Amino acid sequence: MYLPDFEYYAPATLSEACDLLEKLGPEAKVFAGGTDVLSKMKQELLFPKAIVSLKNLGGLSEIRLGNNNDVIIGAKATHNNLIDSPVLQEKYPSLCNAARQMANNQVRNIGTVGGNIVNAVPSADLPPLLIALGAKIKLVGATGERVLPLEDFFTGPNKSVIEQDEILTEFIIEEQPFTGSTYIKFALRRSGALAVASVAAAVAMEGNVCRKARIVLGAVAPTPLRAKKAEEMLTGKEITDELLEEAGSAASKESKPISDIRGSEEYRRDLVRVLTGRALRKAINEGHV
Amino acid sequence: MQKIEDHSGTKYYLITLKVNGDSYTRAVKANTLLVNVLREDLDLTGTKKGCELGDCGSCTVLLDGKPVNSCLILALEADGHEITTIEGLAQNDKPDKLQEAFVENAAIQCGYCTPGMIMSAKALLTRNPHPTEGEVREAIAGNLCRCTGYVNIVKAIMSAAEEQQ
Ligand SMILES: Cc1cc2nc3c(=O)[nH]c(=O)nc-3n(C[C@H](O)[C@H](O)[C@H](O)COP(=O)(O)OP(=O)(O)OC[C@H]3O[C@@H](n4cnc5c(N)ncnc54)[C@H](O)[C@@H]3O)c2cc1C
Repeated sequence: MYLPDFEYYAPATLSEACDLLEKLGPEAKVFAGGTDVLSKMKQELLFPKAIVSLKNLGGLSEIRLGNNNDVIIGAKATHNNLIDSPVLQEKYPSLCNAARQMANNQVRNIGTVGGNIVNAVPSADLPPLLIALGAKIKLVGATGERVLPLEDFFTGPNKSVIEQDEILTEFIIEEQPFTGSTYIKFALRRSGALAVASVAAAVAMEGNVCRKARIVLGAVAPTPLRAKKAEEMLTGKEITDELLEEAGSAASKESKPISDIRGSEEYRRDLVRVLTGRALRKAINEGHV
Repeated sequence: MQKIEDHSGTKYYLITLKVNGDSYTRAVKANTLLVNVLREDLDLTGTKKGCELGDCGSCTVLLDGKPVNSCLILALEADGHEITTIEGLAQNDKPDKLQEAFVENAAIQCGYCTPGMIMSAKALLTRNPHPTEGEVREAIAGNLCRCTGYVNIVKAIMSAAEEQQ
């Protein structure tokens, strides 16, 4: 498999990169790890005239604690950088575990968090948990920058609010009330398989009472989907097995899956019911796992 | 990175790769993949091409010590980095312990996935000299064998790890 011809740029600064993207227009593609861009080009699904590589932009791979204990994840951090990050292992091991469920070791060494998001694939593994944890993203463009909740980023399969000249630079996870969070992926194999359905849950527990819950479903709607009715059912309530089952059923009703090669609509709906209960139970009992 | 053009206007870039300890400078086009530089320009054909989409791991090499699929990396992106291929494992004509363990345990089978398997295993044992069987299986999850199976491969890696003790 060979790649078509393209122009290659590896700008030295972020502002140079944004200016270049603005100048080159929609036929230019940002290139981070390239695991997705190159696969698509080889399969003749994508024909960029130019590639703007983020290779020379330093600092964008860092994972660190910011002001007020915010966790900052650079967009160029690879999945294995997430898994190995002492900051995440301490604050949100659930994110390390979500990254570990992706692809295979080789792809995890190259594929980046930023690429996983901007791709805007409904089955992508990192968006559900990042949204559950309330992550914000920073987009830097030729004329300025903006910070928005990741939840507001996706608009459909392969579609998002990112502008042609914008580069995703970092994720910000603010210090928050959640006492537990987790991501459960159901795929046909344990490695190298995309999610048939997935559920991320984050809960703030006070004794046995749930003060706040977030449930985000993956691969069962055009974008990652908050199961808001299920969340509301839990808020302020004493947790019982029946309540968790009801929340699972509510999330299942809220999901909007399609039938495709990986699973039927009915199967996905039932998976959401089971996985939601499981994810909630895990986040409630085991913390950030 | 220096850019040059030939008489027909085709653009090439000068890149330097450190492969198996030796530095090579080559002129490559933007769309050249790392696997093709290794196999075609440097004659290091031990690295195989399989699916060419990052699923099978036949093309696994180490980039700064980490296993990666050389079919999904632009040569330009590897500029300035250190690459280790299967040809770089033997020292003074003596095969690596892993290579010997693959022979002794009949883990080579048809042979096509072997270089990639060994590179993934090499990275694992460097980072984690005494892995559990589960860790071995996870480390080679991105390397597919399509002829026989993984039993002898896992055995070989475990025995190479034991020998290191
Ligand atoms: C074999 C294989 C298995 C995979 N398995 C999984 C899996 O299990 N789960 C999963 O979720 N994904 C999987 N993927 C998809 C992919 O590897 C991941 O989504 C990865 O995180 C993409 O990151 P990248 O840096 O390689 O992206 P790239 O290919 O570099 O870019 C992807 C897209 O994002 C844009 N982009 C990248 N970074 C930025 C940025 N900072 N700012 C603006 N735009 C940007 C690019 O323009 C492009 O549109 C797999 C891919 C392969 C090849």
